Amino acid sequence: MATFRPNSVGQAIKRREDPRLIRGLGTYTDDVKLPRMTYAAFVRSDFAAGAIRSIDTSAAAAHPGVAGVYTYADMDGQVGPSPVGVELPDMGKADHPLLADGRVLHVGQPIAVVVAETPYAARDAAGLVDVDIEPREAVVDVEAAMAPDAPRVYEELDSNICIHLPIPNPEADKLFEQADQTLSMRLLNQKVAPFPMEGRAVCAHWEEGPGKLTIWTSNQAPHFVKQQVAMCLRIPEIRVRAIAPEVGGGFGAKIPTYPEEPLLCWISRALCRPVKWAETRTENLLGMTHGRGHVEKIEVAFQNDGRVLALKGQTISDVGAWRSFYGPFIAMSTHTMSCGCYAIKAVAWDIATVFTNTMATEAYRGAGRPEAAYIIERVMDEVAAATGLDPIDVRRRNFVDKGAFPHTTASGAVYDSGDYELTLDRMVELAGYEEAREAQRQAREQGRLVGIGLATFTEVCGIGPSTGTAPQQRMGTWESATVRVEPSGNVTVYTGISPHGQGQETAFAQMVSDAFGVGLDDVVVVHGDTDQVQHGVGTFGSRGIAVGGAALHMALTKVHAKATRIAAHHLDAPVDQIEYEDGEFTVSGTDRKLTFREVAEMAHLWNVNVPGEEPGLEAVARFEPPGTTFPFGAHLCQVEVDAESGQIEIQRYVAVDDFGVVINPMLADGQRLGGMVQGIGQAMWEEVQYDDGGQLLSGTLMDYAVPRAKHFPRMELDNTVTPTEINPLGAKGIGELGTIGSTPCIVNAIVDALRPLGITNIDMPAKPERVWQAIQSAGAA
Amino acid sequence: MPRSVPVTVTVNGSTHEREVEPRTLLVHFLREELDLTGVHVGCESTLCGACTVHLNGRAVKSCTVLAVQADGQEVTTIEGLAPNADNLHPLQVGFWEKHGLQCGYCTPGMIMAAKQLLDDNPSPTETEIREALDGNICRCTGYQQIVDAVQHAAEVAGAS
Repeated sequence: MATFRPNSVGQAIKRREDPRLIRGLGTYTDDVKLPRMTYAAFVRSDFAAGAIRSIDTSAAAAHPGVAGVYTYADMDGQVGPSPVGVELPDMGKADHPLLADGRVLHVGQPIAVVVAETPYAARDAAGLVDVDIEPREAVVDVEAAMAPDAPRVYEELDSNICIHLPIPNPEADKLFEQADQTLSMRLLNQKVAPFPMEGRAVCAHWEEGPGKLTIWTSNQAPHFVKQQVAMCLRIPEIRVRAIAPEVGGGFGAKIPTYPEEPLLCWISRALCRPVKWAETRTENLLGMTHGRGHVEKIEVAFQNDGRVLALKGQTISDVGAWRSFYGPFIAMSTHTMSCGCYAIKAVAWDIATVFTNTMATEAYRGAGRPEAAYIIERVMDEVAAATGLDPIDVRRRNFVDKGAFPHTTASGAVYDSGDYELTLDRMVELAGYEEAREAQRQAREQGRLVGIGLATFTEVCGIGPSTGTAPQQRMGTWESATVRVEPSGNVTVYTGISPHGQGQETAFAQMVSDAFGVGLDDVVVVHGDTDQVQHGVGTFGSRGIAVGGAALHMALTKVHAKATRIAAHHLDAPVDQIEYEDGEFTVSGTDRKLTFREVAEMAHLWNVNVPGEEPGLEAVARFEPPGTTFPFGAHLCQVEVDAESGQIEIQRYVAVDDFGVVINPMLADGQRLGGMVQGIGQAMWEEVQYDDGGQLLSGTLMDYAVPRAKHFPRMELDNTVTPTEINPLGAKGIGELGTIGSTPCIVNAIVDALRPLGITNIDMPAKPERVWQAIQSAGAA
Repeated sequence: MPRSVPVTVTVNGSTHEREVEPRTLLVHFLREELDLTGVHVGCESTLCGACTVHLNGRAVKSCTVLAVQADGQEVTTIEGLAPNADNLHPLQVGFWEKHGLQCGYCTPGMIMAAKQLLDDNPSPTETEIREALDGNICRCTGYQQIVDAVQHAAEVAGAS
């Protein structure tokens, strides 16, 4: 494959997306306006579990401006059940209807939908729908849900267990017997709300004339939506166009196709009118999938010199009340990534994913890997405490050596490349680690609770080889790109990824500019429209550049090769005599040359046959990665805890990451910074809370604490570059890394601050109340 | 049908007369009646700032202002901040230059809130910027590049 001289690539180019967004001219789904539009409002369950005795829609239907009221009975088997992504034959499963079918399984489950001439009328009428529910006992706590006598989310299933996967390892048992020391920990990875600033929004438009459905939806994977909606409505996918216009953040929670999406499509077809819905923030906190929700128990076998020999882990993952796209499988990644960047000899694990009467869980910025990093990075600090070693020394003693790549871990992951000492060394230098420890010693002498936390982590990106999932999972995870050169030499790129803030309209234009010597203004990147992009997968799993960008590189290579052949013909020279540089094809050793734009025009408009070539200048490429990529980083955080109040001040945060070759460092920094703040949010403030009866307690911004600007100091960033050979760009992926590294780093710092008091763990979120109570309990002990 | 009341609001320099339900929120008036969809709804509870506009020169959360409260008043939205693409407001320049936005959903409100800050304090410190933007949530950027953007705007405005 060709390599193009980096000219624009590697530069901090400001975004092509921004001119429209900074002027308020972007079109998000709720901004779509169509003639004869109607507006939907949902009636949702107030109970976590129960039987629906009756639904009376008559008052709602009679309300002025109401165009239709729909319940499960109205669907009459014509649409549904809810789309399901990945599934296994032997897992606990039941169909999930688009609207509740006689029973409710969680608070917020849609029961009825009202469609009206205005959004206000729809909401008024939704309030008039009378639903009579006979509540029954809900099961909310995931560990309690595993008990044989626990109330069952699905009465027709034998238990609440969705998947139970034991992964025993006799080698681990042996190492536990041989080890100098062992320790065990129970770690909670609480549920969090993805909280994109734009909630879910759908505009469904069935056009009876052409028999075509267009759905605008705030989603990360519109090609999945197209397939899932077609399946749900039992219409051919060629009748469905899914558009993800501007999407106001997703973080994994907009990968799935939600029940509301096919439902509104079906209603649009029933009414022959467009239907629009944008959820309220409370609906978002109730009805958008939650992230994390793991309970982990970990045992560690280690030597007195700090070397970790083996792990025995247990993950209990809360699936919620129904299976979202990938939710029940997230825990698998936790096991896969359990070794972190350490050469651990053996790993045994036990995975249980369990139904509860709560909202479904789904990927959230990291999806299983943050949980793994949290476990192993907390473990490393506790091993350091048990052995009396510096946490940095413990990590160094366990690192996979940089000469050992590709490296297969004891949990079966194949790491592409890495140099963990490199990033750690740079972080130690940037942070002034020794000085920071000395300052901490002095602070402690003054009685101050100052803590320094570390995380040296790796994660898996560039999702990912289609063969990474079972064939029956029907989830090809390659990516596509089409490069279409116009007769002028201007270029349109059609990509299968679906960026929603990541900036690939810019990064991809940089790549095109380097390949053809055209300006950034001469490139348009089209995404998020299934009628323009034949097939694609979407933006998640840190795959935009590593997979989507790689596909673009392949397409650019194909176009470039054809342009070279056309240039050779017109220059009357053999192809191997053509040299290319900065948009010009030159016959080697001569001044005979053609510009890329001249070649583009010749390819389209000149009445000259180039032997063996079709007219035009366009290529489609699909990149199937041979493996995944493993970026890594070394983070340090310094906090000070106020013993009187439990308040934590983040005083410093230093991050040195390695994500391979970088297309646009400014955009990469943006991904890292945003990720870190989300990870810190989980560590310190964020928590989806249900009460014992399954009522959501964190249903508004008064109750769910999203990080704000004043919570943070200026983050200090640097990076090292260890390329990957998994893709032709050498780029690894950046979207989730910050979240994965920052959460354990913060908790390690907090525990480090409190360790002189005898405190060895703080569950997330480390909110002041919890920290204060821990300090009080330690003082009392 | 619900009763309507007349309102006259000057938005971005143009005066608009409409009949609205008394309960109509300013954000819905701007988005639905005037097609100013740069004003975004993020929480309907004054807490996220995505809907921030200026009412008589002061930043307000338009999700908790009634359209009738804006009767006879002047509103400026993100669409009114720059006459065209070639004459961006320093804050728009700052957000573009410093990568102060990713998904862009919070951006109009963030810029309008930052405008209030710079109107009151033309050269704020980083701490003052972070405090001033406390009513505006961004879930993408981690805020640091927003701080850079506001500082850049302050420098550009100060130099001009």
